[in-house]
Amino acid sequence: MGLIAKIRKKFGFLFKWFFKKDRMRIGIYGPPNAGKTTLANRILRDWTGDIIGSASEIPHETRRARLREGVRIEVDGKTLTLDIVDTPGLATKIDFHDFLKFGMSEDEAKRRAKEATEGVIEAIKWLDDLDGVLLVMDSTEDPFTQVNVTIVGNIEARNLPLLIVANKIDLPNASPARIKAAFPQHPVVPVSALKGLNMDNLYKAIAERFG
Amino acid sequence: MEGVQLNLISKDKLDKMSSMEKIRMILEEVKAGTIVVLESGLTPEEEAKLIELTMLEIDHENFVGIEVETYPYSAGKSFFGKLFGKSKGRLMVIGPANRLKTLQKQEDLITALVKLGE
Repeated sequence: MGLIAKIRKKFGFLFKWFFKKDRMRIGIYGPPNAGKTTLANRILRDWTGDIIGSASEIPHETRRARLREGVRIEVDGKTLTLDIVDTPGLATKIDFHDFLKFGMSEDEAKRRAKEATEGVIEAIKWLDDLDGVLLVMDSTEDPFTQVNVTIVGNIEARNLPLLIVANKIDLPNASPARIKAAFPQHPVVPVSALKGLNMDNLYKAIAERFG
Repeated sequence: MEGVQLNLISKDKLDKMSSMEKIRMILEEVKAGTIVVLESGLTPEEEAKLIELTMLEIDHENFVGIEVETYPYSAGKSFFGKLFGKSKGRLMVIGPANRLKTLQKQEDLITALVKLGE
C-alpha cells in the first residue's frame, strides 16, 4: 500500500470528523438473502416513491451494485442526503448446484453463479468509496458467520461508521438480541424491511450515525 | 492412509510473507484440497482480498470456494490505538468449501466438520 493511501486510511476518520460532508455515500452490505434490496427498496419507497431493484428468495438476486443518488431523509427537522449503494451479497463460496433447487436449468444456474462471483468482487471494491455502511443481517439466522465477521472487520479497519440492521423481525424465530450480543460494539436496529416495521427508529439511527 | 492434509503455518513464517504471498499460498493449497491453519490469521483487508481472489478462481466444477473459520476481531480500539495500532490476527482455518463445513460458531468456540474426499 502506498504511503498516501496508508495515511488516508489511518487518518481518514479524523478528516471525516473535521470536514463532515453534506452528502453521505452509504453502502448496504450483508450475506445473500439477508434482505438488502428489500431494505433499499423500503428506504427509497418511503422517501422517493420508487425502488432500486427486484428482490427474490433465490440467493444472489442482486449481482451488480446499484447506486441511487440524492435520497433526502428528514428526521426530527434535520435533513440528510444519502447516496445509497445496494451491493450484491457477500459469500466465500458459490456453488451453482444451490440454484438448481429453485428449478433453474444447469446453464442458467452456472451463469447466475458466475455473475454472483463478479458481484462479490464488486461489493468488496465499493468498500473503498463509502462514507458509511448499513450491514443487514437476518435475525432468524446465526449472526456469527464468517461473512459478517469479515465485513465488520473491514469496516472497523477503514474506520467507517456502521449501523447493523437486524432484519426480518416479523418472522416468529427472529432474535435481534442474538445479533446485539454478537456485535456489542456497534448499534443494532431491529426492523422488518418487508413489512415496514420499526423503520422510523432506523431513520433516526441513520441520522444520528451518518448525519 | 486416506485422509485430509492439514498445513499448520507459524506466525514467524507468516510475518515474513507479503499479503499477496500469503493469499496465493492459501489459495493454491486449498484448491489442492489441503486445509490451512494460520497461527496468526489474516488482517480484515487480507481476508477481503482472499475472498476477491477466491471468486476469480471458482470454476463451478472442481472449486466452488472456501470456508474460513476464525474468531471475531477484537473490538473497541482507543483513540491512540486507532492512530498507531496494528490489528493482530487470530488463529484461522481455511479449507475448500466442499470439505470444511462450519457447524457452529460462537465468540469463543468454533465447531467445524472436515469431510474426507469423495
